[in-house]
Amino acid sequence: MRVGLFVTCLVDMMRPRIGFATLKLLENAGCEVAVPPNQTCCGQPGFNSGDRESGRVMARRFLADFESFDYVVAPSGSCTGMIRSHYGELFPDDTALQHRLNALSQRTFELTDFLVTVLKVERLDSSFQGTITYHDSCSGLRELNVKHQPRQLMEQVTGAQLHEMSKPELCCGFGGTFSIKLGEIATRMADNKCQDALATKADAIVGGDLGCLLNIEGRLRRLGDDTTQVLHVAEVLAGPELGQV
Amino acid sequence: MQLTSFSFKSNVRRKLIDPLLQRNMKRFGGRFVEARAAVMTEVDNLETIRVAAAAIRDRSLANLDSYLLAFEEQALARGSRVHWAETAQDVNRILIEIAQSNGVKKIVKSKSMVSEESGLNDAVEAAGIQAIETDLGEYILQLAHEPPSHIIAPAIHKSLEEVAALFSENHHTPRQTDIPALCREAREQLRPHFLSAEMGISGGNFLIAETGSVVIVTNEGNGRMVTTLPRIHVTITGIEKVLPTLNDFSVIVRLLTRSATGQSITNYVSMLTGPRQEGDLDGPEQSHIILVDSGRSRLLGTEMQKALRCIRCGACMNHCPVYQNIGGHAYGWVYPGPIGAILTPSYVGLKNALDLPQASTLCGACQVVCPVKIPLPELMRVLREKSFEQGLRPWHERLSIRLWRGVANRPHLYALMTQMGVRVLSLLGGKKKLLHHLPGLDGWTDGRDMPAPQGKTFRELYRKRRS
Repeated sequence: MRVGLFVTCLVDMMRPRIGFATLKLLENAGCEVAVPPNQTCCGQPGFNSGDRESGRVMARRFLADFESFDYVVAPSGSCTGMIRSHYGELFPDDTALQHRLNALSQRTFELTDFLVTVLKVERLDSSFQGTITYHDSCSGLRELNVKHQPRQLMEQVTGAQLHEMSKPELCCGFGGTFSIKLGEIATRMADNKCQDALATKADAIVGGDLGCLLNIEGRLRRLGDDTTQVLHVAEVLAGPELGQV
Repeated sequence: MQLTSFSFKSNVRRKLIDPLLQRNMKRFGGRFVEARAAVMTEVDNLETIRVAAAAIRDRSLANLDSYLLAFEEQALARGSRVHWAETAQDVNRILIEIAQSNGVKKIVKSKSMVSEESGLNDAVEAAGIQAIETDLGEYILQLAHEPPSHIIAPAIHKSLEEVAALFSENHHTPRQTDIPALCREAREQLRPHFLSAEMGISGGNFLIAETGSVVIVTNEGNGRMVTTLPRIHVTITGIEKVLPTLNDFSVIVRLLTRSATGQSITNYVSMLTGPRQEGDLDGPEQSHIILVDSGRSRLLGTEMQKALRCIRCGACMNHCPVYQNIGGHAYGWVYPGPIGAILTPSYVGLKNALDLPQASTLCGACQVVCPVKIPLPELMRVLREKSFEQGLRPWHERLSIRLWRGVANRPHLYALMTQMGVRVLSLLGGKKKLLHHLPGLDGWTDGRDMPAPQGKTFRELYRKRRS
């Protein structure tokens, strides 16, 4: 099975180790993984800011980079949601292109969803020392129904214990450019999320979208918390041994 | 109602640091959310009913002209008088004409959000007529000289202590904080008004085309008195509220009350079909229905039409994490929350409410609870597209989006720029790997640190690893 890794712009720039964790998880599960070198962004920042052309430009690029793969996997519910929910409606006047994009977006998966739903991974050789609380990021949860997948996988991580927040499904306030345009509301929402997470006394706040994680970590650190770890679910599932990164 | 949507950001700033509002919003917190979730378990085919309800609303809107004319015909046949108000000003003008031609000095009102759109109370007062709100929440706000902050729980931003103080000050009674006692006090104040008012004004949750009935769905009983005791009853409601048949209403009402307050059914569901007929024991002598357009018909036939499905349950705002933190007044007009972020720019003009469609993370919590399946995030995105296309957003925002699009579509340039960028930011992050301030990104760094990038891009490291 040939899998194209869509690493996403945020992981590419901010946290390459999440990309390598994803790579390791896919390869350990027996996939032949390639990273198309010309990939950049899914187009969501522009698309959600009202620039439909951003979506169209990046959808064409995505098609060129990934159409040849059996599956495409991204360590993000948000970018996958963009591809699966919106790429198919960007070219109403070009049915052939629309059709190709629809076919490709059907083969595009969020990482934990892919591991559980497609690969049916039942054993992970990984360990984590400590307690975890899991933040359900909105696009993954509501556009892709990612809810049980990360939890099911974390159960297989030796030593990881899940302590749920009172509102794990409440938005953290990231919302892409919202987090800058309406920073004060975003900060308050991040604050609510941090308080809920801290109340679980978990050692790590874990989630499937780096945007949310940067938002949560940014608020935590500003509040003076230097100890609570904020990790992508791929990092937890792949374990601490990630090689040179 | 006075519009302040154009200053949304400063409204928000004030609300976020208002300790009383913050405390009251936290107290209110998830009460409606929990009640809704609990009561929906009674409905074993919720999704099927939602689909049916959305289809009913779509059918009503697709044939709005003929259903409205059918409604008018039936309403006239049952003795009601139907008035068409194209603008908000028309609403006030028509209402005052009815009042003055009948020598009305005092009006009792049950809840009508549509009357807030035209600032009816102020207009009526200016014409020398007294208007008294009788919905408990609206009554409280009339004493406080404040607009509603929620469409079904208008005084949700007020605490018990504030209400106690308002009552004592306005009624000249000893201060009390026992809720049933406060309700009794309001009732004692309002009863004489119900009996002496010559006109009652109500909203209308729905209009039934096949019978010419106005349906109101209420809890407090004031609606019954307002619509039956005074000589004249006037309904003020939007043209989009029409439903073809009573059967259609029976589907919708199952969702309305559950979505709104989490009740299986409200205390009162009234079908008002014309004035008192011969042999009737009660009811008004005159029944008037003012059908308000005021921007609604502009949405018909556009991608925004789905917003008109709205049955005003308030579930979208109850579940909205933005609303939960800033309250309803910050939105600056009649309708707050996600539906307000769509209706306000649509009715008062996008340039007057530019930040409202942006006031959402597009988290989708509203869409999954909307009983008539309005794609609220999608409609906000449509409004964002209009703002972008019309050049209404700040120039630096438009420029950065175009730049990002241009660079992201040139992989080599993108690689070069991101590789340089992450190196600089990583260095600036220092030992703690945190950026406390980023020029141009104050919106983020005013309240949060930015975790610094690792230092190299994934694609760079991946290429090296392969070679």
